[in-house]
Amino acid sequence: MSVLIYAENAGGKFKKSIFEAISYARAIADQNNTSLTAVSIGNVDAAELALLGKYGADKVLNVSGDKLKDFVNQAYASIITEAAKKEGSAVVVLSNTFSGRGLAPRVGVKLEAGVADGVVALPVQEGGSFKVKKTAFSGKAFAIVELISAIKVIALVPNSYKVVETGGTAQVEDFSVESKASDFKAMIKEIVRSSDKVSLPDAEIVVSGGRGLKGPENWGMIEELASLLGAATACSKPVSDAGWRPHSEHVGQTGIAVSPNLYIAVGISGAIQHLAGVSSSKVIVVINKDPEAPFFKVADYGIVGDAFEVLPKLIAAVKEYKASA
Amino acid sequence: MKILVCVSNVPDTTTKITFTDNNTQFNTNGVQFILNPYDEIALARAIELTDGGKGTVTVINVGDASTEATIRKALAIGATDAIRVNAKPHDAWYVAYQIAQYVKANPFDLILTGRESIDYNGSKVAGMLGELLDIPSVSIIKKLDAGDSEATVEREIEGGKEVLTIPYPFVAGAAEGVAEPKIPNMRGIMSARTKPLTVVEPTEVKTFSEIVSYETPAPRGQVKLVAADDTAKLVELLHAEARVI
Repeated sequence: MSVLIYAENAGGKFKKSIFEAISYARAIADQNNTSLTAVSIGNVDAAELALLGKYGADKVLNVSGDKLKDFVNQAYASIITEAAKKEGSAVVVLSNTFSGRGLAPRVGVKLEAGVADGVVALPVQEGGSFKVKKTAFSGKAFAIVELISAIKVIALVPNSYKVVETGGTAQVEDFSVESKASDFKAMIKEIVRSSDKVSLPDAEIVVSGGRGLKGPENWGMIEELASLLGAATACSKPVSDAGWRPHSEHVGQTGIAVSPNLYIAVGISGAIQHLAGVSSSKVIVVINKDPEAPFFKVADYGIVGDAFEVLPKLIAAVKEYKASA
Repeated sequence: MKILVCVSNVPDTTTKITFTDNNTQFNTNGVQFILNPYDEIALARAIELTDGGKGTVTVINVGDASTEATIRKALAIGATDAIRVNAKPHDAWYVAYQIAQYVKANPFDLILTGRESIDYNGSKVAGMLGELLDIPSVSIIKKLDAGDSEATVEREIEGGKEVLTIPYPFVAGAAEGVAEPKIPNMRGIMSARTKPLTVVEPTEVKTFSEIVSYETPAPRGQVKLVAADDTAKLVELLHAEARVI
């Protein structure tokens, strides 16, 4: 057997969430005394591919070509499947990104594999059983799922496993798969990436605002604090429903679930649906003028005070800290 | 245009989640079940696309008889007819397999699901269905415009979006932005009672996963309050104690 990791790139670069997934896959390979192969698809240069070895891959299968430059769900799923067959992989790991969530089920069906997505911890393997822990009920709980197939497909949630540098080097091999025309039916017309903003699903720090901010015109404070901390901005459901902020920023049960190191909630009361989306944050800071706000019950640090008074002071304090650091 | 919307029956978003039998069973006692919120978005868009006699919307659910109230809700919102595959939804693979069996015998131009169900949070059914039917699938779409032979969809990516054109038939998982959920009106509620709801028996298939038990998140300690005028103290705690900045 071996372990296979799909090393997804964004515009030719690997993100931290991929290094987390490689470190995670390395640990599974070590659990089973086997090797780790990474498969990269698209146009990624040699220096970037070398990083995959640094985080624990023994071998890299590099699939390139103009047709594969951008994400094509079906074609990518076929390539990952062929790579897994070539390597005799018993475990295939992906990052639980938007693309990863599209690939995992297709790869799973092709390999007749059990698929677990939203996975947050290393598998527990004992007496031939293989169990993984995954998020359930939108962050209100976890489910322990046993995968009972010969091959297992796992999608790891960003920010749930620590990056470990092994300092190794990987042997890079060109790999190609004969492409099926039916794999290229979906055509990409346009890709828009806002490079100046931190993306919410894999942000390490998130600054989030609620109705307590009173209107979209007051989001400058949230954005300023976020940019000082290198954080992504987010909001509660009433805020995106009111059109103050885009839906893509809505964190909660029916929005995005996040698991940053630090989640700062400003003017959000903490309805059960919102708490579901943030419960796996490592540290939660709540700023709210209502001392009875339910959010304080799940917070690590809190300030009882009006957002309009506290935020400017917090921004000043962070600036001072940055200047002295 | 013939559209199929796959719906699931999930605990209401305000449900406090608890477990019984040594944390191996979800405690459904007193839990209100609803139409999965993302499926409501998919259904609303399907109804918009077929409005004015431009097609039909069939909803399909894999579930036991207890899900019929949720299926009737989908009919009340405006679906044309409904199919219930009479089986417990064991896992995403099982559900996708049963729906694929139905679709192979009854083809559709477009198949929509919600981006995920709010209970097990997989977003696997759309992709598995696409693979089983050998047609394209897009998980987590924010926009869907239907043309005559192909549709234009907007897909979410980290820090941005991707716009794709896809020929029919294909499968897509709807998220916020695709449509506003519709509230059934009195006429819809009345007519839902007489709209066709066909029950079909499942096809036997091997499954690959089993839920063994559940855990709830570890409780956090008591919140540490900092005075509103001492934000420097908060920054220091986040740096020195929590080590997150």
